[in-house]
Amino acid sequence: MQLFDIFLLESVLNGLLLGGLLALLSLGLNLVFGVIDVIWICYAELIMIGMYAIYYFYVVFGWPLLLAMAAGVLLVAAAGVVLHQFVIRPVLAAEPINQLLVTGGVLFFLQAAATLAFGIEFKNIGVTFPPIVIGEISFSMPRLIAFGVALAGMLAVYLFLTRTYMGTAIRAISQDRAIMPLMGVNPDRIFIITSALGGALAGLASCLLVLQYDIHPAIGLSFGPITFLICVMGGLGNMAGGFIAAFIFAQFISVGGFFLAIEWGYVIAFLFFIAVMFWRPQGIWGNK
Amino acid sequence: MTTPVMASGAMLRLDGVSAGYAGFQALFDVSLEVKSGESVAVIGPNGAGKTTLLRSISKLIGVTSGEILMEGRSLREVPAHEVIARGIAQVPEGRRLFARLSVEENLKMGAFLPAARPRHAERLKFVYSLFPRLEERHTQIAGTLSSGEQQMCAIGRALMSGPKLLLLDEPSAGLAPVVVQSIFELVKRICAEGYTVLIVEQNIRQVLKVVDRAYLLETGRIKSSGRSAELLASDQIRKAYLGI
Repeated sequence: MQLFDIFLLESVLNGLLLGGLLALLSLGLNLVFGVIDVIWICYAELIMIGMYAIYYFYVVFGWPLLLAMAAGVLLVAAAGVVLHQFVIRPVLAAEPINQLLVTGGVLFFLQAAATLAFGIEFKNIGVTFPPIVIGEISFSMPRLIAFGVALAGMLAVYLFLTRTYMGTAIRAISQDRAIMPLMGVNPDRIFIITSALGGALAGLASCLLVLQYDIHPAIGLSFGPITFLICVMGGLGNMAGGFIAAFIFAQFISVGGFFLAIEWGYVIAFLFFIAVMFWRPQGIWGNK
Repeated sequence: MTTPVMASGAMLRLDGVSAGYAGFQALFDVSLEVKSGESVAVIGPNGAGKTTLLRSISKLIGVTSGEILMEGRSLREVPAHEVIARGIAQVPEGRRLFARLSVEENLKMGAFLPAARPRHAERLKFVYSLFPRLEERHTQIAGTLSSGEQQMCAIGRALMSGPKLLLLDEPSAGLAPVVVQSIFELVKRICAEGYTVLIVEQNIRQVLKVVDRAYLLETGRIKSSGRSAELLASDQIRKAYLGI
């Protein structure tokens, strides 16, 4: 095989791995939007909180890594519930712009609070893995783990949403909120469960990101906008659309970066996004 | 299934119920009762307050005065999502299926109550025996069903909770005449199965052929009541609603 082809193949495969992670990120945001009809602009800042939590549990308190991660997931799930009860609930009936502003406000609040509490220096949990080499292609182990766990997490969410009564109610409520009480469903309870699940997905994402990236108060900006763009591109609230869009986006980043420079990968991906918005403003699989 | 019967014999009883929406009263001092095993209709023209009546029984809107009793117990403090646990299931106006869920998933939502879940399979079988068409289409997305099939699915969904009392809101509305006929056949079968039914309809001639008794509701007030045959024969109904 030509050297060029191997590097291309490597970027396609790396794009696939990145796609899995981005798909997980977009799932939580899409789920919350699909059910509650509010966009958690501060979604990636919940991930940042999870990353700091894991850092403190593991490095500072010396807990085992997996326990620290499980605690991180629970903590961010709880943060999702707190966010819903104290920030989203009061504005549920408000104009969408106000809902955006209030969750946007939480974004800046969390960033500033993290800067005050943890300082601006980069932190790392210091866990390293050797790269995996197959033939002439090498993969980073954390990326492979992230891909596998993200897929498993998404499968678990899919099974929950399709097989359980609660999951079916979560899908139903996004279609007709007003008649849910006739089914014996308390919409407030569904919203809390959805917020906890959205938070848990952000927590799971922080477990995967903490293996690959340094932690700092602005880390959310590296993932927040891109997650939002993927959701919009797939059709906001459309979980399957977001899943596919994540993989397309990741290929643009990875393969685009291969042909030019890494930074150009993002530029190409965003250009593609803008083109899609002209073509289908509601997203590729959006239905409004 | 055991249905406790109160001393009065009334399963559902409304005592002087007034209700409405912000700045608009839709029901004035409405009293009626439905006995166990009975099928009762509330008939009346469009805008008489029939849907409001069912919505207030299901607690989807609040009651400003009066009392609603189910098996002798007040529904005053019961939140909307707990009314179904008291044995009252409603088939809402316009069917209101979850359009992007399958037939089977819509029926599953009807069995959402924790108490209904252990009997899900048994009741699903019962619903499919009533409506074999639904079994044929169980994986189909509800939004793609014909309107008659959607009405079957909506009724089936309500039956999945194993209700004591079934509330039907304008089951014939928006259906083609030929389908209307079959929907009333369905309602007849539901009544024959022993369900207690309260049905709200503007299709007066048809519904009076199906139910035991009826109340006439006009501009939010009960204007008359009686056995179906009596009402069909009464001048008041014949002149105003049957055009005879």
